[in-house]
Amino acid sequence: MNRPQKRTIPGAPIFDSDAARRGYALNKMCYSFNSKANRDEFVSDEVAYCKKFGLDEAQIKAITTRDVLGLIRVGGGVYFLGKLAGGVLGLDMQDIGALQTGMTKDEFKAKLVAAGH
Amino acid sequence: MAKIVGIMTTSHVPALGRAIHLNLQQDPYWKPFFDGFPPIHEWLERVKPDIVVSCYNDHGLNFFLDKQPTFAIGTAPELISTDEGWGIPSMPSFPGAEDLAWHIRDSLIRDDFDMLTCQEMLVDHAFTLPMALMWPDQKWPVKSVPVCVNTVLFPLPSARRCFKMGEAIGRAIASFPEDAKVLVVGSGGLSHQLEGERAGFINKEFDLKFMDSMVNDPQWATQFSDLDLVEKTGNEGVELLNWLVARGTVPGPVKVVHSSFHIPISNTAAATMLLEPV
Ligand SMILES: [Fe+2]
Repeated sequence: MNRPQKRTIPGAPIFDSDAARRGYALNKMCYSFNSKANRDEFVSDEVAYCKKFGLDEAQIKAITTRDVLGLIRVGGGVYFLGKLAGGVLGLDMQDIGALQTGMTKDEFKAKLVAAGH
Repeated sequence: MAKIVGIMTTSHVPALGRAIHLNLQQDPYWKPFFDGFPPIHEWLERVKPDIVVSCYNDHGLNFFLDKQPTFAIGTAPELISTDEGWGIPSMPSFPGAEDLAWHIRDSLIRDDFDMLTCQEMLVDHAFTLPMALMWPDQKWPVKSVPVCVNTVLFPLPSARRCFKMGEAIGRAIASFPEDAKVLVVGSGGLSHQLEGERAGFINKEFDLKFMDSMVNDPQWATQFSDLDLVEKTGNEGVELLNWLVARGTVPGPVKVVHSSFHIPISNTAAATMLLEPV
């Protein structure tokens, strides 16, 4: 199918129809983390839990390597990934920011503070 | 007759839930944000609204991508706060303002807004945090009507459409036959971006212009598309759509009762405004 060129914004991945289609299984797994029993089950065997939700190899690899940008490329929506990061892995948004920008957490926090000046 | 007595707009960063839970309001990191609220508490004590109409976005608690509405309204008798996976402690449930909610729902649909109707509803931090900021004892003295805007799955409803829905909500409130003082809440923003190589993006200049426009040029931001807003305010800065719904409910001018702005809270330019119809 020929489709019109999408507008892109550098460094700002858009969770659109393509991402929602690509990432449905991954996002559904993350949505399940609204329940503590499911979070615990994930922690006890990450790969088995991913397979239960039908994640593909690329998605499982992005999970096990904590590759945040990779998780977005395989269709993860940030509000769902946030449940994995915050609720399961105990990372805050500055950890996530640092992981994606290649900065240290302190550098990332300094960048946020600088935006206020 | 029901009457809008104010509009309160605020950021709703999940980490605030933890800060509230741990009583960190006076901690140097959190204080600049929480200091915005005592003037709002005084106003609430004086004006005593009966009903909150809260315009916010769900982040995957009540809705998942299996069924993702563009606009939804909660007519449930009880709005339930529960585990949303972000590690935010849940709060006492919120009584629904059922009569007004059904009235707004009927009125919006007759006014060409195709609402999804929720007779059961879970509410996440975008709804609960503004309530806890306004009433820190979490004994809710109001009933509530949740109005939910999709900011999860693009395309989003346009800024223009959101403002117009606010106008329609304002008309519905004005035609509600019972006496009630209504506070409209807009929850979200301002500029922030959690994901991607540009994570941590904040645009102070845009935010200050937007806050000014809430008073002096309410339709200013309706010129922007969803992707324009991502470019200017970050992927999650688009939550300012909830502010536009809220602002749209008051057709005339407003005056500022209180306004505060602080960068950063978590990754967010955190802003709070309390506006009163003139
Ligand atoms: Fe949000």
